[in-house]
Amino acid sequence: MKTTHSQWRKWRANMGWAVAWSATALVLFGLVNLVGTIVGRGATSFRWNMLTHVIQGTPAGLQNAILGTLELVFLSTVMAAPLGILGGVYTSEFASARVAKTIRFLTEVLSGVPSIVVGYFGYLLMVLAWGWKFSALAGGFALTVIMLPYILRNTEASLQQVPLSLREAAWGLGMTRFQAISRVIWRPAASGMATGVLMAIAIGMGETAPLLYTAGWSSVNPNFQLIHSQVGYLTYVVWTYIEQPYESAHQLAYSAAFLLLLVVLFINVVVRAFLTRRSLRG
Amino acid sequence: MRKVSSGTKTADTVFHVATGIAASSPVVLLLAIAAVVVVQSIPSIRLMGWHFITGIEWNVGDTYGALMHKNGVTAAAGASFGALPFIVGTLASSVIALLIAIPVALFTALILAYRLRGWVQWILSILVELLAGIPSVVIGLWGMVVLAPFVAHGLGPALTHVGVVIPYLRGPVGTGMGLLTSGIVLAVMVVPIITATTRDLLQQVPVLYREGGIGLGMTTWEVVRYIAVPYIREGFIGAVALGWGRAMGETMAVLMVSGNAINFLPHNLYSPISSMAAVIASQLDSAMSDGSGMAVHALSELALVLLVLTLFTNLLARLLVSRVHHRRRGVRA
Repeated sequence: MKTTHSQWRKWRANMGWAVAWSATALVLFGLVNLVGTIVGRGATSFRWNMLTHVIQGTPAGLQNAILGTLELVFLSTVMAAPLGILGGVYTSEFASARVAKTIRFLTEVLSGVPSIVVGYFGYLLMVLAWGWKFSALAGGFALTVIMLPYILRNTEASLQQVPLSLREAAWGLGMTRFQAISRVIWRPAASGMATGVLMAIAIGMGETAPLLYTAGWSSVNPNFQLIHSQVGYLTYVVWTYIEQPYESAHQLAYSAAFLLLLVVLFINVVVRAFLTRRSLRG
Repeated sequence: MRKVSSGTKTADTVFHVATGIAASSPVVLLLAIAAVVVVQSIPSIRLMGWHFITGIEWNVGDTYGALMHKNGVTAAAGASFGALPFIVGTLASSVIALLIAIPVALFTALILAYRLRGWVQWILSILVELLAGIPSVVIGLWGMVVLAPFVAHGLGPALTHVGVVIPYLRGPVGTGMGLLTSGIVLAVMVVPIITATTRDLLQQVPVLYREGGIGLGMTTWEVVRYIAVPYIREGFIGAVALGWGRAMGETMAVLMVSGNAINFLPHNLYSPISSMAAVIASQLDSAMSDGSGMAVHALSELALVLLVLTLFTNLLARLLVSRVHHRRRGVRA
């Protein structure tokens, strides 16, 4: 027999789930609105010749910012990927449980340091104290600090998933630790490591705050000197050119945001595809 | 048994040492960041003392070379570094972000974990995670061109009607660049973080517990309300603390929509603010023009306060999340 009390409970359950569904709808609406706005305005302002002109040229373009972003991300990846992967290998393969736990914890703490603090640290240490001025290397180093934790954690996590029996088989063949890692153990973990590096690259590309104080800004193409010369980058264009009162400046900002969003979303989708394929193989 | 050559042994040792050095790099970087920021803050700490966190006036002082000597350090004449408005701005905007993000993220995680399955669940989870990957400057751009006008012309005027009851909601609404817009933009950035963690936690709730609830005649909502949510409570608080740390440290998105207020405290929900992170980014030029170099030290002290706050919330978050993981082992059904 249905009582009014049980009807009240059913009504409450329906209300609860209705609220939950509307929260989900709100999140999706926000995402669609955000991506739609940037892609819509970006696609209408983007011109192909932006790829071949610098920002003060006629017509104004983004070439210097694109090349600068690539240079900075390249430099930081060259520094962060070996450090992160080797560090992950140590944490997973060599470290005792307590040391591994400590490294993992400190890596998490490092990834929680606000990016502007990392940038200001780079400014105080490299730009001022070491006299590098605003430069590509200082910017690349600041990005390294941001990217390192992601790579280290991902490498370590994917190595942890390699079964112990594989290691025992390798050691049983008389391999040293190094031989076992370099010939056997890394292979099943390779896609996980690649995922970590790719995600870190996507994060590095989208960062602004660590670069404001370290890379500076330049409206001409980077000259690929490591120190003493400033570099431009895409996120800076988004931030500063949207504040200017000219329509042409806004178009540059939208185009830069559009390019960034496309690259970052592309990397994210590729990474998901990686992960799904791996999980399908079991 | 095959003998291991000395070359192989050396390679092994070299590899061991190299990975060890690489693994110590996070520690070294953390210590270096802390040491540099603390050392560079000392002149500012000596100049301002506790007034740094209680003062309201942020003034680089005379940049034409006039100097003053106070408490054993040299600064530009008339310099005063009071960071209270920025500390308040950071806390207020991040708390507003959490007030919005906590219910939205919890409800979304419930749907993702319990109401969807198969490829729909997969697609929606990926979409939420994509939101976390969008560069902050792009979210800031969206906040400027879409959200701020909406707050100025739609949401703000609607909320002022509630202002009869709650004084902080009273107008004027202004340009839309301010506390409320910063809070919403930050909420957009922390919702995916809290949602992803909470969804994982919800999926760890033993299915027998939930089935037990259903067997007792509970509605699905009551199972969530009285079994699943209490089970993950500590982990959820940890996820919120993680999001809080992220919200306090966020620079670009806040910088673009906060209105960059200096020298006054926010007086209602719409007034312009500035956060510590945003001030560090926006005060670069004036810091470099200060001949005495004191402005650089003051920004360093601001970075130190921010670092301490975010590290504290992060430690709290890790502690709470890991406690749930430990408990899970004991009660696995």
